[in-house]
Amino acid sequence: MKHTKLMKPVNGLRHSGDLFAMSLDVLRTIPRRPFQVREFVQQAWFVASVTILPTALVSIPFGAVIALQIGGLTRQLGAQSFSGAASVLAVLREASPIVTALLIAGAGGTAICADLGARKIRDEIDAMQVLGIDPIHRLVVPRVLASMVVAVLLNGLVSVVGVAGGYFFNVVLQNGTPGAYLASFTTLAQLSDLWAAEVKALVFGAIAALVASYKGLTAKGGPKGVGDAVNQSVVITFMLLFVTNFVLTAVYFQIVPQRG
Amino acid sequence: MGVEICVEGLTKSFGDQVIWQNVSLTLPAGEVSVLLGPSGTGKSVFLKSLVGLLKPEQGSIRIAGTDITKLREHDLYEVRKSFGVLFQDGALFGSMNLYDNIAFPLREHTRKSESEIRRVVLEKMEMVGLIGAEEKLPGEISGGMRKRAGLARALVLDPEIILFDEPDSGLDPVRVAYLNQLIVDLNAQIDATFLIVTHDIASARQVPDNIGLLFRRELVMFGPREKLLTSREPVVRQFLNGRMQGPIGMAEEKDAATMAREAVHFGNALQKEQPSPLDMTPRLLPGPGIDRPPRWQAIAESEARREGTRS
Ligand SMILES: Nc1ncnc2c1ncn2[C@@H]1O[C@H](COP(=O)(O)OP(=O)(O)OP(=O)(O)O)[C@@H](O)[C@H]1O
Ligand SMILES: [Mg+2]
Repeated sequence: MKHTKLMKPVNGLRHSGDLFAMSLDVLRTIPRRPFQVREFVQQAWFVASVTILPTALVSIPFGAVIALQIGGLTRQLGAQSFSGAASVLAVLREASPIVTALLIAGAGGTAICADLGARKIRDEIDAMQVLGIDPIHRLVVPRVLASMVVAVLLNGLVSVVGVAGGYFFNVVLQNGTPGAYLASFTTLAQLSDLWAAEVKALVFGAIAALVASYKGLTAKGGPKGVGDAVNQSVVITFMLLFVTNFVLTAVYFQIVPQRG
Repeated sequence: MGVEICVEGLTKSFGDQVIWQNVSLTLPAGEVSVLLGPSGTGKSVFLKSLVGLLKPEQGSIRIAGTDITKLREHDLYEVRKSFGVLFQDGALFGSMNLYDNIAFPLREHTRKSESEIRRVVLEKMEMVGLIGAEEKLPGEISGGMRKRAGLARALVLDPEIILFDEPDSGLDPVRVAYLNQLIVDLNAQIDATFLIVTHDIASARQVPDNIGLLFRRELVMFGPREKLLTSREPVVRQFLNGRMQGPIGMAEEKDAATMAREAVHFGNALQKEQPSPLDMTPRLLPGPGIDRPPRWQAIAESEARREGTRS
């Protein structure tokens, strides 16, 4: 049997090269006027509308699980006064970037990829280019920026909802003391943790939208091609996001002094 | 005024699949040319190469003197503004209604006021018979209507070169007749260079100045209409007459055995066939209301002469 093109390692390299080239194009195109305000607002609204509800629903149990784990652990160690501190730290530093990454790639990225892919196979993208309009400027840049903004907002949302969920579980269900929980908030976590998480979210939003756009714009082979593109875009984005998360976390620990 | 397109030694392949190779032809400025070929021979790929959407591996495409295969992306966008392209499925923007689709190029590239845009858009919509469908979305109309809307959008900027990818497939015979008349009228009015990809032999016989035929990864023949219509080349005759006997099979190429069997069966009738005067279908001329430029006057005169000799 003739082996398929996907299996050739050279192809993987070429695709990462093309993806990188497109990212540079996007970067170069961002300053170009006129900025597509309408498309940006529409896309931001759209990405937000498909991600906000699932994000809130995912972050409540996430905060709760963390609170349960930490609550049990701190009681065993006799360090109940630290349970608030530990769960805030866990939510801010680890949970919120991961939840944001999952949602922005799983809900936002797939929607972008499917939309652009459908346009590609209907020749709409080609028609646009023939009409003298650069799809990177018109379609990709607004989507990337919208996805970045929404990712930052989502990260804020996850932090708030996660911490609130943790509070609820610790105080109401595990009979923790509200005062101790709140007072210990800042013993381990610090404001720079929040900033770092927001920066991560910004990068995740950009990566998710770039991969989704690249996969969408290179879709081929009819409706099935769009399905494949969406599928690949999710897998690639997840891998990239987890690697980026690791790298960013490592860098953050190097440059910001830690408390506790 | 239309511009000349000069293609030389063009070769395009995807991976190791060669689509066509060494294609050379010249589309004379202001003339109508038709490109024929069995399904899957890369006619759409050829059109996309002409506007720089696909990059051929070898050869050059000179449009009014500039080789577009060597242009950078940014300069390509400028060149493309002189093109009007009708894509195979219309390629309308799915999120806009027909009116906005057709107004799109005007809003993007001109400083016309909304009322002026409205006038131009409605004029083009009337031309293609879409009045009353302004508010419809592309997903809500038939394939034939999408095609006509795509044509209207290709025309709004008064392009110098118009490429049509199967303007007549999916239309009913009456619409095809109207469309052919529309194409001829347009050519007389705006004098642009036309390239039409089609499967419709009747249109190919009546409409163009030049005909080309793509087959087996090559441009078998390209030349004036008379030359192809009276050609004795088996592929050309088979295609222009829409017959099964000949080198073209269901799967693009026939094998030698089938060909030999057929040759016996049909008693080599094909080889002996002489071109008859009937091969020359009369040309479609611009309608009565249209002012004929000198080029079309000359064509009308030579048609009248031929008509005279026949009867
Ligand atoms: N982007 C692409 N990538 C890979 N192969 C392609 C691509 N576009 C077209 N092809 C291949 O090129 C060949 C020619 O396709 P094309 O659409 O040009 O045919 P066509 O002559 O227009 O046919 P039809 O008359 O049916 O429209 C096909 O085999 C198709 O699979
Ligand atoms: Mg085609």
